[in-house]
Order: sequence, then C-alpha cells, then structure tokens
Amino acid sequence: MNIEQLHNQYKTSLKKENRLIRFYQILIFIVFFSSWELFSRMKWIDPLIFSSPSKVWHLFIQKLGDGTLLSHSGVTLFETVLGFIIGTLLGTVLASLLWWSPRLSRTLDPYLVILNAMPKVALGPIIIVAFGPGFPSIISMGAIISIIITTIVVYTAFREVDPNYLKVLQTFGATRAQSFREAILPACFPTIISTLKVNVGLSWVGVIVGEFLVSAKGLGYLIIYGFQVFNFTLVMLALMIIAVFATIMYQLVELLERKLIKD
Amino acid sequence: MSFLKIQDIHHTYFSNQTAATALADISLDIEKGEFVSFLGPSGCGKTTLLSIIAGLFPPTSGKILLEDKPLNADSDLSIGYMLQQDYLFPWKTIEENVLLGLKLINKDEGLERIKTLKLLSDVGLGGTGKLYPRELSGGMRQRAALARTLAVDPKILLLDEPFSALDYQTKLKLEDLVFETLKSFGKTAVLVTHDIGEAIAMSDRIHLFSANPGSLHKTFEVPDELRELTPFHARNHPQYQILFQTIWKELESLEY
Ligand SMILES: Nc1ncnc2c1ncn2[C@@H]1O[C@H](COP(=O)(O)OP(=O)(O)OP(=O)(O)O)[C@@H](O)[C@H]1O
Ligand SMILES: [Mg+2]
Repeated sequence: MNIEQLHNQYKTSLKKENRLIRFYQILIFIVFFSSWELFSRMKWIDPLIFSSPSKVWHLFIQKLGDGTLLSHSGVTLFETVLGFIIGTLLGTVLASLLWWSPRLSRTLDPYLVILNAMPKVALGPIIIVAFGPGFPSIISMGAIISIIITTIVVYTAFREVDPNYLKVLQTFGATRAQSFREAILPACFPTIISTLKVNVGLSWVGVIVGEFLVSAKGLGYLIIYGFQVFNFTLVMLALMIIAVFATIMYQLVELLERKLIKD
Repeated sequence: MSFLKIQDIHHTYFSNQTAATALADISLDIEKGEFVSFLGPSGCGKTTLLSIIAGLFPPTSGKILLEDKPLNADSDLSIGYMLQQDYLFPWKTIEENVLLGLKLINKDEGLERIKTLKLLSDVGLGGTGKLYPRELSGGMRQRAALARTLAVDPKILLLDEPFSALDYQTKLKLEDLVFETLKSFGKTAVLVTHDIGEAIAMSDRIHLFSANPGSLHKTFEVPDELRELTPFHARNHPQYQILFQTIWKELESLEY
C-alpha cells in the first residue's frame, strides 16, 4: 500500500521531469528559429549571408514543387548510404583478414597507422581522376573515409575477445573459421554497431566533399552553387536537409542496435 | 596398457627475455574409468599439463598417448575440457551453448539433439534451455558448462578447478553432481584443484605436484572405503581425516 503510493509518486515525478526536459528542448528550437527570423528581418544579422527561416521555407516549397530538390537529395542520400555500407563492410572484412593472419596484421600495421593519420578527403582529386567525375567517385569518397578507422577499431575489438572462448572452441576441435563465426564476430557486434554510428557522420563528410569537387549534382553541389551565385538561402536549405537525413540515418542505426543487442 | 599415458613431459614457456620451465619430467598413467586429481601449490604447472593433455598446445618434449595412439586435438573430440569459469557464450541461449560442440561437427539435429537436451535435465537444468547465461546463477552456469562438455561424449574429462569460483554450499552440491554424473557415464576424469578435501572426496588417486619446476612429487591412493562414497559422505568418513592430515603435512613440507 505504502510502497505502491511511493512508487506512483516516483513515477509521476519521473514523468514530470521528462515533460520539463521536452519543454526546454522545444523552447530552444522555437527561440533559435524565431530569433533567427527576427534578427534577419531587423537586419541585426546580414540577411544576404544568413538568410532567414521563412526564406528557406519558401525556397523549400518552390524547389520541392519543381522537383529539383527531390532529385538532388535523392542522389546525395543514395551516395551516402552506399558509401556508408561499403566503408563499413570493407573495413570489417579487412579487420577479419588481419585477424585471420597475424603476420599480415603485423606487416600492415605501420601502413594502417599512416593511412589512418592521412586526411582522406585530400585523396579526392585523385579519386575523381581515377573513377571519373560521377557518382562512383563520390561513393568511393564516402567509403574511403571510414574504411581504415573501421578496420582499426574492429580489429582491435577482435583481438580483445577473451581467449578462453577460443580455448573452449579449440577443445571442440573448431577450425579458425568456426572460431571466428561462433566467438569473434558475435562478441564484437556491439563494437561494430558503434563504428556504424561514427561512420554515418564520416560518410556524409566524404560525400559532401566529393560533391563539392565534382560539382554536378546533389546537396553538396547545391551548397557550392549557392555559394558561387551568392544564394545563401539555398546553402541553408541544403544544410537543413543534410541535418535531417543524417539524424534519420543515425536513428536507424540505433534501431538496428536495439534489435541486434538485447542486453 | 594404460588408457591415458603421459610420457616424459617437459614444457618450457619461451618469451623474448625468459625461458620458464613449467613442467619437468612428468610421467603418469591413468586407467579407464578412473578419477584422478592433480594437487599442488600455485604455479606448479597443473593448468599447463591439463592444456597439453587437451591438445591446446604441444609440449616442448614428451608424448601423450590415449589408448596407445598419439592425440590429435584437431580431428577428434576424445577429450573434454572444463575451465575454471564456465565461459558460456553470453549471446547464445543455454541450449545453443550446450549444443555448441555438436554444431561444430554438424550433429546438432535429431537424435543427438534430444540426447543433449536430456543431458541438460540430468544436471538439473531442465526448462532453462531458452534462457541466456546471464539469467542463471553461478552454480547453474557451471552445470551448463558441464553439460556442454559432456555433450560431445568425450572419452576423458579434464576439469581445471571447476568449483573454485563457487560458494561452499554450491560447491559441495556440484561435487556430488559431477561425481555421480561421471560415474554413471563411466567417464575417466582428471581434476585440478587447490582443495585437499575436494581431491580426497572426489578421486581415486591424487598426484601431488611441486613447483619450480613443476614435477610430480608424490602419489596418494584414496582408500576403497572413500572411493565408494559420494564426495559429501566421504568428507564425514574417519579415513578422510587421516588422509587429509598426511597430504596436508606433505604440502606444508613443499611450501614451508
Ligand atoms: N602463457 C604462459 N607464458 C609464460 N609462462 C607461463 C604461461 N602460462 C603459465 N606460465 C608459467 O608456468 C608456470 C605454471 O603455470 P600454470 O598456470 O600451469 O600453474 P598452475 O599450477 O595451474 O597454477 P594455479 O594453481 O595458480 O592455477 C607458472 O610459473 C607460470 O608463471
Ligand atoms: Mg591453473
């Protein structure tokens, strides 16, 4: 009876706290956009550079109407998702190879360090010349930016799996492939998922820079184009759309995480 | 001919700076159906010897023969090895864990599967098959590990301090369970332990090891009266105390 009362009290206080936090979050959102609008109208900030939410919104409606927005966003989203998947997969495969052959891993170690330290976007021009100025180059940029770091992080996780699990498998006569499938890979799922989260952000960087360089299609192109014709409303619009898409991708990865890892 | 023959085993661990000899000149025989204990101070090479018998790595020199044939760990499952901790795979259910050995040889379906699940209820874990290891107590997990080891029907069972992580009461109960399970299946077993009482209560013969380098110091036969009894009852037998004192003094003289 008393316990129940206390429990209810606890639950209502928890709910109250949650509501309060939600309230502040919405407040920040409203204050940010309305002051942006206000400052821009009052010319406290240069409306030519910072645009304003209403202008961005109008441009959004207009571009949505003539279909250009949809095609540009579609291209970028496609490139990013593909770059993300390829980068993560190749990174994980590379990590598996390194685990498979300790000799290979020791041999490649200094090269991995160099490649990891290297700013990958600096390879952009070479990639574009090699693959041509189209989406293969841009996808490669989205992928290449996350491969090495994925390899390093996942390989480290592979190595840190408790060797006693492998001992158990070894006494059952498991082959190295079986050990990998039964112990190494499942033990590292949490690490792989967390690299997915990092890679979402990285592949957006790779793809947007790729589109800057190729300058033909996509949200990165809209940003560069808007910059060149001094249409900063367009730049802001592209930024907003990128923010929304990146958030959605991140949420999807979190959903996957909850599905795969139940503890 | 002996069932398991350990012949002139030497083992040295090499590293860049050191060469540490863990085992020197170990020879002993184990007969079929026997329960043997390895007792000795920490660092005397008990785990090393067990790992070598299990085929986890080859000894620096010497031979292990099972039924007169050299062991080949990769291709047969004649040896079951149970580690100090259960090492159940946390991402597998109890059932999947217990079936692991059979899965690796593609025999986890049909009759074998039913037999294995029966084994799970033999060790008192009926109905826990769909649970995950984290939902079980330490004693239950160790029993699941026992079932996992027995599932592939090994000819000989190696137990490396399997009860040392458990509380006293659970440990006594598990000793009885393991003892009876192994007797009923007629298994040969080697138990590594620090606990003199456990060694006397469970085994037919006790090999006492000394350290630096690990070598076989002395062998004690457990009297027939004690062999017949379950570990719990053996602990209350007058003979138990006598043997305990003898081994205790011997161990003292090793460690001083
Ligand atoms: N992988 C290894 N590399 C180098 N030395 C090792 C290794 N494993 C064990 N040793 C050494 O070999 C000796 C025997 O070790 P072992 O683990 O076999 O002892 P133990 O009798 O099982 O001890 P405990 O009762 O504490 O488990 C010890 O001196 C230990 O330091
Ligand atoms: Mg040990």
